[in-house]
Amino acid sequence: MVRLLFFARLREELGTAGEDIHLPEHVNTVKALRRHLMARGEAWKEALGPNKVLRVSVNHEMAQDDTPVRAGDEVAFFPPVTGG
Amino acid sequence: MKIRVQTENFDIATEIAALREGRPQIGAVASFIGVVRDLNEGDRVSTMTLEHYPGMTEKALAAIVEEAKRRWDIIDVTVIHRVGELKPQDQIVLVAVAGEHRGEAFAACEFIMDYLKTRAPFWKKERTPEGERWVEARESDDRAAERWQKGESK
Repeated sequence: MVRLLFFARLREELGTAGEDIHLPEHVNTVKALRRHLMARGEAWKEALGPNKVLRVSVNHEMAQDDTPVRAGDEVAFFPPVTGG
Repeated sequence: MKIRVQTENFDIATEIAALREGRPQIGAVASFIGVVRDLNEGDRVSTMTLEHYPGMTEKALAAIVEEAKRRWDIIDVTVIHRVGELKPQDQIVLVAVAGEHRGEAFAACEFIMDYLKTRAPFWKKERTPEGERWVEARESDDRAAERWQKGESK
């Protein structure tokens, strides 16, 4: 199980704040996970598409495309931050 | 180090007094307060709602303060960031840095704000007469944070 979280605009576009999912074995990096989710349908393809500037964290640390994703991880997708 | 994410307002005098208490070695306190403006991108803003990522936010802020402590000789730091619904003129964020001398305190305070704006998971949504919209990240904020990576920190 991997815990997925979505924040801000992305949460609204996808209509969900997150979920726990089982990932196929080959979905073991941030990049593979993003591609896996994009295959879910038009809204996902649009919101997570390569033209969208998104940030991803794994277990609360900022992640890159090649950051590993394993069972038990918490992975969050969100737009560039705008606090302060 | 005091890091707080809260809906309530804060009082800068109380916070600075707490930061200084029992530390006669402090010779300088530099502080920054971010405030909600009534105008953004040419539109009137009536409400600003701040969302964050509970759990990651506190860790990200603590990591930024730790980095500031590595770079500058400072004594202690308070960071308070509000979330939830805010109105123009409301305080959003406080960064207060105590040190022995002003140079280090000023620099660390600015560094913490620049990194907070690009690395701490907060998002602003504003209500204008045109409706609600998410605030876009600014390239100028990225550039402000990048400065500190080019050896201009001292």
